[in-house]
Amino acid sequence: MQTIKDVFKNNVRQYAMFIALIVISIFFQILTDGILLLPQNVTNLVLQNSYVLILAIGMTLCILSGGNIDLSVGSVSAFIGAVAGTLIINMKMDVGLAIFICLLIGIAIGVWQGFWIAYLRIPAFIVTLAGMLMFRGLTIAMLKGLTLSPFPEKFQQISAGFIPDMFGGFGISLNITALMVGAIISVIYVIFQFKKRAEQKRYGFEVITMPLFIMKIILVLIGINLFAYWLAAYKGLPIILVLIGILVFVYSFFTTKTVPGRYIYAMGGNEKAAKLSGINTNKVLFFTYVNMAFLAAVAGIVFAARLNAASPQAGINFELDAIAACFIGGASAYGGIGTVTGSIIGALVMGVLNNGMSIMGVGSDMQMIIKGFVLLVAVAFDVLSKNRARA
Amino acid sequence: MSVYLQAGQALAVRLVNIMSYRFLLLGDHINYIMILGVDRAVEYILEMRNITKLFPGVKALDNVNLKVRKGEIHALVGENGAGKSTLMNVLSGVYPYGTYSGSIFFEGKECIFKGIKDSERTGIVIIHQELALVPSLSIGENIFLGNERAKRWLINWNQTHMQAAELMKRVGLRENPATLVKDIGVGKQQLVEIAKALAKNVKLLILDEPTAALNEEDSENLLNLLLELKKDGITCILISHKLNEVLKVADSITILRDGRVVETLDKHKDDVSEDRIIKGMVGRELTNRFPERTRKIGEVIFEVRNWNVYHPLIEGRKVIKDVSIKVRKGEIVGIYGLMGSGRTEFAMSVFGKSYGKHISGQIIKNGRELVLNSVRQAIENGLAYVTEDRKSAGLILIDDIKRNISLASLNNISKNLVVDENREIYVAEEYRRKLNIKCSSVLQKTGNLSGGNQQKVLLSKWIFANPDILILDEPTRGIDVGAKYEIYKIINNLAEEGKAVILISSELPEILGMCDRVYVMNEGMIVGELDREEASQESIMKCIIQSIKEVV
Repeated sequence: MQTIKDVFKNNVRQYAMFIALIVISIFFQILTDGILLLPQNVTNLVLQNSYVLILAIGMTLCILSGGNIDLSVGSVSAFIGAVAGTLIINMKMDVGLAIFICLLIGIAIGVWQGFWIAYLRIPAFIVTLAGMLMFRGLTIAMLKGLTLSPFPEKFQQISAGFIPDMFGGFGISLNITALMVGAIISVIYVIFQFKKRAEQKRYGFEVITMPLFIMKIILVLIGINLFAYWLAAYKGLPIILVLIGILVFVYSFFTTKTVPGRYIYAMGGNEKAAKLSGINTNKVLFFTYVNMAFLAAVAGIVFAARLNAASPQAGINFELDAIAACFIGGASAYGGIGTVTGSIIGALVMGVLNNGMSIMGVGSDMQMIIKGFVLLVAVAFDVLSKNRARA
Repeated sequence: MSVYLQAGQALAVRLVNIMSYRFLLLGDHINYIMILGVDRAVEYILEMRNITKLFPGVKALDNVNLKVRKGEIHALVGENGAGKSTLMNVLSGVYPYGTYSGSIFFEGKECIFKGIKDSERTGIVIIHQELALVPSLSIGENIFLGNERAKRWLINWNQTHMQAAELMKRVGLRENPATLVKDIGVGKQQLVEIAKALAKNVKLLILDEPTAALNEEDSENLLNLLLELKKDGITCILISHKLNEVLKVADSITILRDGRVVETLDKHKDDVSEDRIIKGMVGRELTNRFPERTRKIGEVIFEVRNWNVYHPLIEGRKVIKDVSIKVRKGEIVGIYGLMGSGRTEFAMSVFGKSYGKHISGQIIKNGRELVLNSVRQAIENGLAYVTEDRKSAGLILIDDIKRNISLASLNNISKNLVVDENREIYVAEEYRRKLNIKCSSVLQKTGNLSGGNQQKVLLSKWIFANPDILILDEPTRGIDVGAKYEIYKIINNLAEEGKAVILISSELPEILGMCDRVYVMNEGMIVGELDREEASQESIMKCIIQSIKEVV
């Protein structure tokens, strides 16, 4: 049986950033006189950072596949926003159809870049740098340098809407749906944890002690339901949060549990070995970039909806935010190491820093300096702790 | 024009000055040795006394004493993890003074090294197994790397190239000093390393496995160079797994085991043999270096016919010429060939066309012709190829043991593309037990394992893929004697289970000790096929020599 000490020792690095996120949150909670964690601000935080969270997921896969980054995601997002604006505002197309076309164009862009990167083996850095310029240019050309606005209500809902409260009334100001969703997720979590434990026991593996196991479950349940309560206390579940939740779950599952997910890690860990193990590494790399462009398209739609405009200036520096999130979240710059959840935590650390400092009225100049420093320290911590583990 | 002439003259004068200065130094040196030689019967250039080095949880070195005589070649042998490299790292200052206990005396003076720079200044230079050369710089630049011929910050290129040429001549390297290091072979790169050491006025040269990556000819050259340098009075510590080389050049041999010195043998006094050294290294008598096997050889299961392969980059260059081989069930077939004979290229081209272009020929398994266009197809058709280069092409060193073992056959432990991770651990544990992989758990990173255990993980991966035909490319390279024996046992077991094994090796004893039949390969061709009874060192060499004659 594993004791609490073992569990802690084996997972310090994994949880370090999560603990850092909590510490930073508490820190700003105090400095902002409790504004940071007000229900309204927590909802805001999610909405503000939605596009970074989405991009960080895709970027994680790119970095995993061999330390490649995608510099074009900001421009691609802007371009997709411009396409959406042209289709919906200028051509009065149906919102659903327009979104579908936007996602298809995103995939097409991925095929274009993936072809150069995976089959011609032009370094991803260069292909996407070219993409960054090209799609920015296309965006400006398509919008003729002007901002298109406003989008119809239905489109704005993607980023501004909330899941309607089906159990409204009862005379309480809480959003019952949000609480219900929290409860349902809790139940599913508990069932899965017990199933996993039973399975491990069946194979005769070491498991953590029962009290520790219960303690862990209770901690997670408190976390989930507290968050649900916080959302319920404001307007309920943002639509965008549901979308992000699904994406995080799907991509986490994909990278950690599935065979193609393994292939990405294997390729980043040692491409030659992966090839000799029967993995078609070209295909893996190709789909990584197709996926990245697809998610960039999603982020572009989300951002356009939030801005309620298609702007030629949209998406500038998005790629840097996403890359920073991945590295803060523990991804290795050489590939093969990193997790989707890690990158999400990295993105949230950046998000809380942004939000907290903005509330405190810190100027954007200081914000940049502090964010840069945090990135450096986080990665340095990671590298140094790895070196110590090796020695 | 006249300006150039003048510059040239000035340079020539300077060169003569430098050279005569060198000779003066050398003369002094000889005198010094002679005087001392009269004074004392035996003079030690290096004495390491009671060296103990602790790592968290491990005593890497335990009271080690090492005495090296001036002008001798002193071999350091021992299994992987015996402490050879640690000892040399202590000596060269990689582990600075104070991180170990004990003392080091060099030329009678106690040494307090804070880093490599200190030890190099004293005249101790270590050449590591992984060469420390910059591939994109020239030979000359590499020789004086970190030791530039320069006045203040300005590099004197003429001096650099002249002196480089001089040093290259001394180590027998016939190349232009301006040639880039990446354009010369590993054998020559090793010579550049030695020239680099000479440029630092080395007195004690430490070589860590210098011939591990060299073919026989280059190894031979290198060993002869060491003997030459010995005549010039340079002392040498040689770390090597290849005992025949050790016996050839070494004057004394120190055997390490588990961080302790077992004994130091003097080749000129003691009765030294490979068996004695192995006994010292392993700690027990290895009566048989190759385990016994009961032979149950069946029908021909796998055949390659008229196999031709062209070089992937150089147009029109044929690498494999009309190779045909066959293997029976339960048979271990050897392919003997030196590095560059085309054996690895042949194996990889068969394994799903992993190497080469315009591949032609037939692959027949169980009487049916196969078309293997990708590694995946090869695996699915029951082939496995265990690479010779386990670190860069075999394992994912940053991943743990279980993920490495499952990598080639993830489909066997997954349902609807979802990996059953518990099953994965279970499988890994099973192989850990079966193949005796020494590790803290199957969650340990493969990069932290010793060479022998890494090889076992690699073998596990391919055994788990459940192939009928296993191609093993140099399965015991860089592995110590004890682990080799275990690997041989695993190979024998595979053959006994009815698998067909193709064993590629450049070690003759291994080929002779393990194989039922041997193909001899040279220059991309099969130049001989010998039965177990016919095969011997002489008959195999005869095949190669005959083939060279035929070509000429």
